[in-house]
Amino acid sequence: MTLVPEFQYQRVFIEPWTTELGSHGLMALVTFLVGATCGLIGNFLILRRMALMGDAISHSVLPGIATAFLLTGSRGIGAMALGAVGAAFTTHLLIEIISRHSRIKPDAAIGIAFSTLFAAGVVLIAVFADRVDLDQDCVLNGELPMIPLEPSVRIGGLVLGPPPLVRLGCLWVGTVFLLLAFYKELLLSSFDPGLAACLGIPVGRVHHGLMLWLAMAVVASFEAVGAILVIALLILPGATASLLTEKMVPRLVWSLVHAALSAIAGMHLSVALDCSPAGASVVAGAGWFACAWVFSPVGGLIPAWWRRRRASSGGGGTVTGGD
Amino acid sequence: MTPDASATLGDPPLEIHDLTVAYRDKPVLWGVDLAVPAGKLIGIVGPNGAGKSTLIKACMGLLPCASGWVRAFGKPMPESLGRVGYVPQRESVDWDFPVSVMDVVLMGRYGRIGLFRRPTDEDRRIARECLERVQMLPFADRQISNLSGGQQQRVFLARALAQESDLYFMDEPFTGVDAATEASIIALLQELRSRGKTLLVVHHDLPTARNYFDWLLLLNMRVVAFGPTEQVFTPDLLQKTYGGRLTLLSEVAEAVRARAQ
Repeated sequence: MTLVPEFQYQRVFIEPWTTELGSHGLMALVTFLVGATCGLIGNFLILRRMALMGDAISHSVLPGIATAFLLTGSRGIGAMALGAVGAAFTTHLLIEIISRHSRIKPDAAIGIAFSTLFAAGVVLIAVFADRVDLDQDCVLNGELPMIPLEPSVRIGGLVLGPPPLVRLGCLWVGTVFLLLAFYKELLLSSFDPGLAACLGIPVGRVHHGLMLWLAMAVVASFEAVGAILVIALLILPGATASLLTEKMVPRLVWSLVHAALSAIAGMHLSVALDCSPAGASVVAGAGWFACAWVFSPVGGLIPAWWRRRRASSGGGGTVTGGD
Repeated sequence: MTPDASATLGDPPLEIHDLTVAYRDKPVLWGVDLAVPAGKLIGIVGPNGAGKSTLIKACMGLLPCASGWVRAFGKPMPESLGRVGYVPQRESVDWDFPVSVMDVVLMGRYGRIGLFRRPTDEDRRIARECLERVQMLPFADRQISNLSGGQQQRVFLARALAQESDLYFMDEPFTGVDAATEASIIALLQELRSRGKTLLVVHHDLPTARNYFDWLLLLNMRVVAFGPTEQVFTPDLLQKTYGGRLTLLSEVAEAVRARAQ
């Protein structure tokens, strides 16, 4: 390998889209699907002031997998996923029970429930170390680079891609479908649960459903990006979008754009620095968040500062914004 | 419907029997018994912590009741919720929520739209009409984060109108609004009343309560009195409601003086 800049440019910016499309491009697509699915759900978590639920649910994946493995002895994806979703939903129920039947406030209940379950997972794996052959690193950090190596799923003559890609693709389509179907209910029960209940919307069931879907999204995502980085992909797209617009539907669209731009920038970054693509796309996503924070036309730091300056310098300028 | 259709049927819009509500072990409402007549504008007054908001929330099933039952139009409340409108306290929601004024008013229609459906043109027409009635139509496309307190309150009112209910619960619809808005809101409530609707409004300004409401519910954990304003707004009953609270006693005295004039 030489250090000629043209070659680097070729390697970092061209090859991922051409010769390396099957590996780097595919990893970026997986990252996008994770960010797109989690980002859509994350928008509602942010609106409901429940961003930490993502944290809680992703941490409970470890004990779920360990338990599923101990019970079934199988490391098949079905048992693992069932265990993980079960544990994630248990965490959610535990949080509900603690915050409802004690003086503990929900944020503290989240802290208690997920750390307990996570610790239980660590203990389980340590105690049954001889029987549990689980790679904790993989659970925490994902194994995105392994995904392009998996044999593709085929339906008839159609090559769909590696199983995780197909699963995440289905989950994303499902998320969009559910969002379209239950948009009203999700919106109103997030904005005004009192009125929602009064109008006969089953607020409790909407909440449980959202949590179950969150659990499934997190579980489908962690094999790609790991249980830690999935938290970032849950919150960053929605948080960035909230800085860019004050409207709900554009906000959902912006979170998809953020997921796509993070995946693409992350791909180039990981090639350039030769680092984990999942980590790189979260770093890139945080970069986009910072850009939105500073430059957003809707209350970004610089436009706001510029407007204040123009307003205070006074004179003939019209006052924009404010009321 | 004709103004007193529900009354002629003999089913009061709201009937509460032996309602008791407790937060943890502390009761906040004790044995509330009420039969609310149709077509009245009713003020719920009482000191802080008297359980005014709690009563409303418990009626609608938003809070668990330790005992008792609530019926609306002769049926258990859950079956009648379609005829019940609700204006929660303005501070109970996040006004930075990414929705427009129109979106919020359309929420009042959600109960009628049904699952998997989107608001129709008819729903939008009704929502615009409701906004017009609270003089907020020019703000229909405004994001709710850019509204003043009085405007927020009028949006909530428009949303309640869009519910097209026969019985309304309103939790302090006059907090943080200017005098002009307050006057236009009360005019609107009186118009609803004259069309046969029943309205229960939590209010905590005693001096105005006398002029605004046909009936008053004096509440302090228990029902102190419930009846036509002229019968209930008496020094004795107000003392009994606000009893022992020095700051409030002067308010009561002032209110009673105002009444004497």
